This record gives sequence, structure tokens and C-alpha cells, in this order.
Amino acid sequence: MSDAVASARATAERISKLRRLNAVLTKQTELRKALLAQAAAARPTGVLYGMPVAVKANICTLEFETSCGSHILEGYRSPYDATAIARLKAAGALIAGATNCDEFAMGSSTEHSAFGRTLHPLDKTRVPGGSSGGSAALVAAGAVPAALGSETGGSVRQPAAFCGVVGIKPTYGRVSRYGLVAFGSSLDQIGVFGRSVHDAARVLSVISGRDLRDNTCEDRDPLRLPTVPENLDGFVIGIPREYFPPDLDPGVRRACERAIRILRELGAAVREVSLPHTPYAVPTYYIIAPAEASSNLARYDGVRYGPRAEGSLADVRALYRETRGSGFGAEVRRRILIGTYVLSSGYYDAYYRKAQQVRALIAQDFRNVFDRGVDLLFTPTTPTPAFKAGAKLADPVQMYLSDIFVCTANLAGLPALSLPIGRVKGLPIGGQLIGPHFLEDEMLEAAYALERAVPAAEEA
Amino acid sequence: MTGAANHRGWETVIGLETHVQLSTRTKMFCACSAAFGDPPNTNVCPVCLGLPGALPVPNEQAVKLAVRAALALQCTVHPRSIFARKNYFYPDLPKGYQISQFEEPLATSGSLSFLSPERGVVSASIVRLHVEEDAGKSLHDRFPKATAVDLNRSGVPLVEIVTGPDFHSPGEARAYLLELKHLLEYAGISDCDLEKGSLRVDANVSVRRSSGDPLGTKTEVKNINSFAFVEKALGLERDRQIAELEAGRPIAQATMLYDSKANAVRHQRSKEHSHDYRYFPEPDLPPLVLPAEWPDEQRAALPELPAAKRERFVAQYGLPRQDAAVLTHTRAVADYYEGVVHAGADPKPAANWVMGEALADAKDHGEALRVPAGSLAELIALVKGGTLSHQAAKKVYAEVAAKGGDPRVVAEALGLIQVVDAGALATWVDQVLAASPAEVARFKAGEAKLLAFFVGQVMKASKGKADPKLVPGVLQEKLSA
Repeated sequence: MSDAVASARATAERISKLRRLNAVLTKQTELRKALLAQAAAARPTGVLYGMPVAVKANICTLEFETSCGSHILEGYRSPYDATAIARLKAAGALIAGATNCDEFAMGSSTEHSAFGRTLHPLDKTRVPGGSSGGSAALVAAGAVPAALGSETGGSVRQPAAFCGVVGIKPTYGRVSRYGLVAFGSSLDQIGVFGRSVHDAARVLSVISGRDLRDNTCEDRDPLRLPTVPENLDGFVIGIPREYFPPDLDPGVRRACERAIRILRELGAAVREVSLPHTPYAVPTYYIIAPAEASSNLARYDGVRYGPRAEGSLADVRALYRETRGSGFGAEVRRRILIGTYVLSSGYYDAYYRKAQQVRALIAQDFRNVFDRGVDLLFTPTTPTPAFKAGAKLADPVQMYLSDIFVCTANLAGLPALSLPIGRVKGLPIGGQLIGPHFLEDEMLEAAYALERAVPAAEEA
Repeated sequence: MTGAANHRGWETVIGLETHVQLSTRTKMFCACSAAFGDPPNTNVCPVCLGLPGALPVPNEQAVKLAVRAALALQCTVHPRSIFARKNYFYPDLPKGYQISQFEEPLATSGSLSFLSPERGVVSASIVRLHVEEDAGKSLHDRFPKATAVDLNRSGVPLVEIVTGPDFHSPGEARAYLLELKHLLEYAGISDCDLEKGSLRVDANVSVRRSSGDPLGTKTEVKNINSFAFVEKALGLERDRQIAELEAGRPIAQATMLYDSKANAVRHQRSKEHSHDYRYFPEPDLPPLVLPAEWPDEQRAALPELPAAKRERFVAQYGLPRQDAAVLTHTRAVADYYEGVVHAGADPKPAANWVMGEALADAKDHGEALRVPAGSLAELIALVKGGTLSHQAAKKVYAEVAAKGGDPRVVAEALGLIQVVDAGALATWVDQVLAASPAEVARFKAGEAKLLAFFVGQVMKASKGKADPKLVPGVLQEKLSA
């Protein structure tokens, strides 16, 4: 038996034992079969040979349904592999199932999946975060060393922080979006979860690099992994004061302060900085992302694929209304409505155009800091640890605010990652590093050093 | 009927939006074939099907042709333009939006001169020219009670060319469209084939009492699918608006559909129900930044345009303007004509042959110019040198057109070479005179008009081979001997 086949069997076994988490949407028998078939075809010389990588259900694979956690794409099978998937396969990795997520990646708790919520692996009453909650939970539970997620406004880093794993969102344009089902195209990037910085970085390196199928993907070579540094001498790390508001969870604050002490001990110069437009990030995000989503999700109309509402063929408008009304969940419908509104003639200037202007100011805030000698920023990833299931379902704005520290990097297109920096009452806390465009290597160096020095499993 | 500026006391104002399919091998944003007429849904891929996760990649050749079109229309070409999404739901629009351009189009501020039937040569302003993709096609008559969708056309590259409100009669609108079609075909930008839908027209129409008044409320007339219908559709809408206004009813902003079967314009939707397309910049595509050398390359690739060529033909070849217009109507004919002249034919006979035999033959044979330019020049030289009569040359032309071959060889094979040899001519003349003693006597008695009779007899005896220019001289000589 080859190493890959052994890995495929063991992976199927581990995932089947975690069914209670509802992290994987693929059926057990189908998953096992697909893993074994891939193992038989995997190239032993690939750099990820035999490594199982689970994939969020909004990234197209030939093996699994690309349902996006939505009834409207239930049963949909892509006729092609996303570029990231094709590269993983070429490197010998095994695609280990489609993972649960908030419908069309819209949500911060994986409670908005049409196929039921994913449980937090450490506390089933809590959410794993979202929208890539299935991938985060699966890595946290030890079923796979790495998984792909996607980010539009923190959907990898936030669940990584909640579940206590590493989550990387690369620079916009670092990884091809071809085959990532679009939500907010100007914000979307495929991101990576890993048990460790190195596991996540290895996968990121394989999937990164130019792709002629995506015009927004930069003409650059794949990311080269840095070596683990001895210390952080010479690094200047900025601490943006807007990310430490008075109402920040005290446990999160303690964990961050400890991490900052460790960064200093490692030799980094730590400096307080200001990103003054931070308070506008969430409102700006909730105009731009829904606007793009309202257009990106127009194609789910029941005409060509996906379920079609029965009895609505007589009138094409009724077909749209019924198919979309029953196929999309409440949160997706809410965002389509918001997005349609902000793009409407008469409102475009007041909302969409204004939001783009504010977005430019948010990006400028980061440039100003990086231009003044700061190499990286360190912040909490989330304002609180993982919250209870149902706690924020009634109040969408509270749910949106859980992404307050993560959506800025998407608006500015910057690389960012979250890594575990400690626990509070047993729940993981994530610390975030944000770097300048396409300087993932420096961000990873700092993450390697901090990861080695921080007592992530200990109470802060 | 009064002139363009005044129809029953009203001035008509028309602006046109023309969609033209670019002559590319592949589609605007994917590598699928842009061919027309293939079996439904065979030229499709994840991109033009709008499948989840697929992304557009612009077709360089389409952008180059659009730049060429902009230059041919004297536009300012913008080195940086923005793709935008035009959002609306329709079953043949697979993404639920069309990738087009909106706030920052590829080109603006151009013009096109055309011959108005009422005002002579006038210039229409081109407000903007932008690139976009086509939608698929809804087939309402393929299956009973169902609409089928063919997405072969989805993603085919188009330019939209928008004029100012510069036309004052339906006839002017038609004349502009013919000139536009002529220009785009010439420059190799589009085949402008209406049958294939590669040129489609929407018109904005309004009327007002005098040119000093503000523009009247306009309506948009859609679905004008042929040049023949342009004048009809616009005339109907103009007359409808005048009738409304004269009855004291204001014009409501609306979209009208032209129904060619009923020859009527019908109300499609009013302004309140008009689409809000929610345009916004296409986030899947960075700004379209033209490589610095493209405009110059496309300017160089632009052939001599019809108007310039027409004037040159008049000046260079001494042709009447009418002949020059006929010869430059298509680039193929113009190039053919010049080929004949360059092969040595005199310009005027060459023009007569091309406009006569060549175009008549082409009309019957799918516009093919079947006799090579060099062969036609040789045929013209044979006539000029007296080797072939004009009538005989037409026979040779038909033969060469049908079967090919060298004109002289064909003429010899057909026995049509004119005989100029004095001995041979004398033999035929002697035969004829010997056979017609009565006529010879009458001629000698002073009936001079009988010379024509003898010439005819000689041509008959020679089976047309005797050179008709030489025969009278030989006859005179013999008869006066």
C-alpha cells in the first residue's frame, strides 16, 4: 500500500469519527472513494504527496458538490477544478471533501449553512466562526493538517481564531480566484487553514502564483517559504490603537498583551500606531460586499443548473422569484437586497461610490503606517472568543461586528494571518498579523517566531 | 412631402445606438469559437455559460478591432477605460449581467460623414464607442410552449456605437447606417451581416416644432433588424408622435418595439418600468489599459477608407465620381479594379469592364470576382490591340470566368481572334463581291450605302474573324479597282 493510499484511508477514518461536528458536507462513502481514487493517481514526487486538504464548499472540485452551503446549488457539480485545486492535485495532495460554510460565505458563524450549523470542536454549544467554519473545525479537530477556506471579510482568520488554528489570507491577487464561487469579487481570496504556520504556508505556496484565467491574479511566481528565524531583531511591529477599544474582551486583551511582550522579547521593536478610518470599515464592507454579491448571485436563477421551483415555468419572472425566494436563505436574501439597493440609480453615489472612496482611505491608512517604517501590524483577530450558537442570529449587526478587526485587510487587499496565542476559559484566542502587499514572506517569518514562543495552549 | 427639417410642420430628431459584432475568431472573454450557425450550445465553456467560479479574460484581438473602429470613426481613444457590469435578468443572459463599459468607455467624440438624402454631405457625431459582450439567443419557436436558449452567441464581442441626436429624417438614419456598415466592412472590423445579427440598431426618436425648441420627449425604438425596416420603423414612430402631439397628448418616455410582420411599432414598456441596470465597475477585470503602441498599430492597419478612396479614384484615374463610387463600394471590388489597372489596363476601359461584366458575373456567383485581374487586363489589351472585337471579348470573358485559362489561348480556341492579314481579308472580300454582282453594280452606280451591306457579308463569310475596322478599306479598294 502506497503512502498516499494509507493517508487516504486514515483521513476517511478520522473524518468519519467527527461526523457530529457537521464540518464536512460530503457523504462518508463518497469521500472515502474519492480519497482512494485520488491517492491512486497522486504523483509521489509532489511536494504535498499524500497530504489531505479539505476544501470549503464554495471552491470548485471535480470530486465533490460545490453547494456553497446553499439549497440553490444543492447537487451542483462543477465540470472543472478551481486553479487552486488543480495545483493541489498536481502537488500530490488529496482533496478531502467539501466543508460546511455559511451560505455563499455570508456569515461569521457557519450557522447560515442550508445544511445545518457546524459545531465548535471544543464546545458543541458554540460556533466555530465563519464563514469557513467547517474547514476550521476539521483542522482543529485533527482530521486534516490543512484546509482551504475563502475570505471576503475575514472568513478564514475569524474561524481560525475561534477554533485555535492558523489561518492565512494572502494578498488580493496572490492566489487565483478561478473556481472560487464569487461573493464579493474585489475582496474574495482563497485562504488556508493549518495546524501550524508551516502547514498552512506550504499549501499557500503551492496554490499561489499567476493564472491566465484570472485577470485580477498578479503576474508573480509562487510564494517562496521563508526559513524559521532565530529571533525578530530588526522587525518593527505596529500596534494600531483602534484595534484595542475599551470594550475589548478582557481575556482577548490579556492574550494580546502577552503576545506583544513575547514579540518584544524576540527582538521586535513594538510601536503604537493609528489607523484612523478603522471605524468605517464594517459599514464600508457591508456596502461593497453586498453590492458585488447582488450581481454575482444573479446567475442562480433556475434556468441552467441547480434546483428550479416547480410550477413556475409559465412566467419567467415567477420562475426567478420562486426559485430564488426558496433557494436562498434569509441572510443571502438580506445581502442581495442591500446590494441591489446601494447600486440603484439615485443611491449609487451616496452608497457605493462613497464606500469606494472610504475604502481608498482605509487602504491609505495602512500605506501611511507601512511607509513610516512599520513592517507588520499585530492586533487581536476577533473582539471575543467563540460565541454561543444562536447568540447573534437575531441581530445581524452584532454578527457583522465580530469581523471588525478582520475585514480591513480585505478592503485594503493586504495579507494577514491569525495564529493561536492563548486560551481564555479553555477557548482559543487568535492574534492577527497584517503585512504590506505581497510581503507574505516577512509576515510568515514573524508568525513562525511567535508561534514557537507563545504558549498557545495556556490560559492567558 | 417636405424636406428633412420639416415634416408636416415638425422637425424629427433621431439618435442611433448600433451594436456591431467584431470579426474575431473567439469570444470576448473566453476561447470559445464566435462562429455563427453552429448547432446550439456547442461553442460554450464555464466562462460563457456563467458557471459558478468562472472568470472573464479579455480577448486582445477584440479590443484591437474596437480601437480600429474608434479610429475609423475619428474618436478619441482613451488609453485607460473601465469594464462595467450591466445587471438584468433574462434567460439568455447566463451571468445575470452583461460585461460592458459605462462611465469610462474606450472611445468618445468621433464623427462620421454621410450623404443625407435631404441635406447633402453631413457629419454625425459619435458620442461614444465601447466594447461589450453579446447575450445568448432565446428561441421562442423551437419547442411548443417553451423557450429554448442557445448560448453560442453568449460572450461574442461587440462594440456599441452611439451617435448624437443628429438625424432629421428616417432616410438620414438609414444613410448613416449604410455608411457605417460600409466603413466597418472596409476596415475589416465587422462583416455587418444583418442576417446573422452582427449589426443591430436601436433608435431614439423625438419631434419638435422648430430646431430652436428644446428636444422633445424621446422614445426608444428597438428590434430594427434590417436596413429596409429602418425607414419604416422610424417613420411610423415619427408619425405616431406627431399624431399624439397634434391631438394634444404629450409623448411619454417609453420603449417601442418594431414588428416587421405587422409593420407597426408597439409599446413595450414605459419609463416607470424601465430597467435599472445598476451599472458598477466590473470587479473581475482591472481597468483596460491599452499598450502604448496599439493605437498606432491599429491606425496603420486601417485601410484607406471609402470616402478617401473614392476621391483618389477620381483624381488618380480620371474617373467620373459615379464610377468611382461604384468601384469603391466594397473593398474587394476597389482592390480588384486597381489590380486590373496595375496589370496594365487603361483606367476607363478597366472601369467599364469591372462595373459591367465583372460585377454582373459576381452578382450571379456569390460576389466572386472570377476572372483574375491580370487576365482581365490582358483581355482589355487584346481588344485595344484589335485582336478581339468587343463582342468576342465578352465571350472570352464568360469562358475564362467559367473555366479559367489564358484569354488569348481561350480566344484562339474559340476561334475568335480577329484576322488582320491582308491576303485573308482580300480572299473573303473577293468571295463576297463575286457572289453579289447585282449589289456591286448598284454600288458602282452610286449607291454608297451598300458598303455596309458588303462589310456585313464579309464578317459573315469570315465568321466574325475579320477585323471590322480593316474590312471597309479593303472593300473600297476592290470596288474602285
